[in-house]
Amino acid sequence: MHFASAALALAALTFAAAPAAVAADTPNPVADAKAFKKYFTDKFPKVKLEDFVNGPYSMDEGLHRQWQEKEQFPPYEFALEKGKEMFSKPFKNGKSYEDCFPNKGIGIRQNYPYFDEKEGKVVTLELALNRCREANGEPPFSYVKDEMAALTAYMAFTSRGKPFDIKIPNDPRALQAYQAGKEYFYTRRGQLNFSCATCHVQSGGERIRAEVLAPALGILNAMPIYRSEWSGMGTTSRRFTTCNSQIRGVPLSPQDDEYRNVEYYLSYVSNGLPISGPGARP
Amino acid sequence: MASTIRVRATSSGETTEVQALIQHPMDSGFVKNAKGEIIPPHFIQQLTFEYDGKAVFAANWGGGVSKDPYVKFAFKGGKKGDELKISWIDSKGATDTTTAKIQ
Repeated sequence: MHFASAALALAALTFAAAPAAVAADTPNPVADAKAFKKYFTDKFPKVKLEDFVNGPYSMDEGLHRQWQEKEQFPPYEFALEKGKEMFSKPFKNGKSYEDCFPNKGIGIRQNYPYFDEKEGKVVTLELALNRCREANGEPPFSYVKDEMAALTAYMAFTSRGKPFDIKIPNDPRALQAYQAGKEYFYTRRGQLNFSCATCHVQSGGERIRAEVLAPALGILNAMPIYRSEWSGMGTTSRRFTTCNSQIRGVPLSPQDDEYRNVEYYLSYVSNGLPISGPGARP
Repeated sequence: MASTIRVRATSSGETTEVQALIQHPMDSGFVKNAKGEIIPPHFIQQLTFEYDGKAVFAANWGGGVSKDPYVKFAFKGGKKGDELKISWIDSKGATDTTTAKIQ
């Protein structure tokens, strides 16, 4: 496995923060999350921790002003309305999304993805939504955009401000999924030989042509997002698959185990940061 | 169907600031779909904001305007509680109209 140099630095930090009794290769999510946050708060001392959820808009004053202006009349507004309508509309069998989720699906975004101990795998919100549809005899939605993004936009909106609360249950498989996600995140791939961390840890806050790369900390708190570049909404799945093709790799199918694991890892290390989705990005 | 126009107009006493977001594909006619066929042009041609029977803002748009366009402008006058009328006509002849109360 190849690590980016920043990843190495992170690993070193992780090790330093971990109790001496823990071996270097034993996963230690608590220390990881602490080191992850420390890396970003050290790198961007001017940015408040909870501000990282605004991605590129937290990186400089001009962008921050743009974001404030955008938030007054956000481009995701239509998706939000559509999502609300879809969410409350019953299925053909009379049931609705409310019946599939705890607390009727309101204000629960911060708990996803979670580790399902029965299944032994990570379950994301997008996956849970499609499972809910299929269990009620409805066809699943595409994972990458419109309908799925509208639904998750509405659900994220009802959770705004609530801190990410991803739990790793006392189950070796959960720790394994977390570790696999972490490995995926730091593993280089594609023709450009980039890892997720190359852009979002090592180069977070720097420019790639006209865009500012979002720091990985809090990056999922804003999902789903309206991107001006897409002129539309996209989900976490869309972000993962497009990232993979942008580094000239072959993307996996959305909601593959690897993607779910990386979402689990990346959400866990952002624990405590508020949900800000749906977001808007340049 | 819900209106395709979202408006917010706020009066500061002397001037009124208007923001609007319109849901429209704004196809330019130069883009191809996944099958390689050209997506026919379909865009808003005329956008008007009327206050007190007079146009305070009018735009003649073409295919160069982005999808789901956003407009922001201010005009002199406008009282709280008065109505602002917004309408658009697109290249296929479709229209939509809405009114908003100035806040």
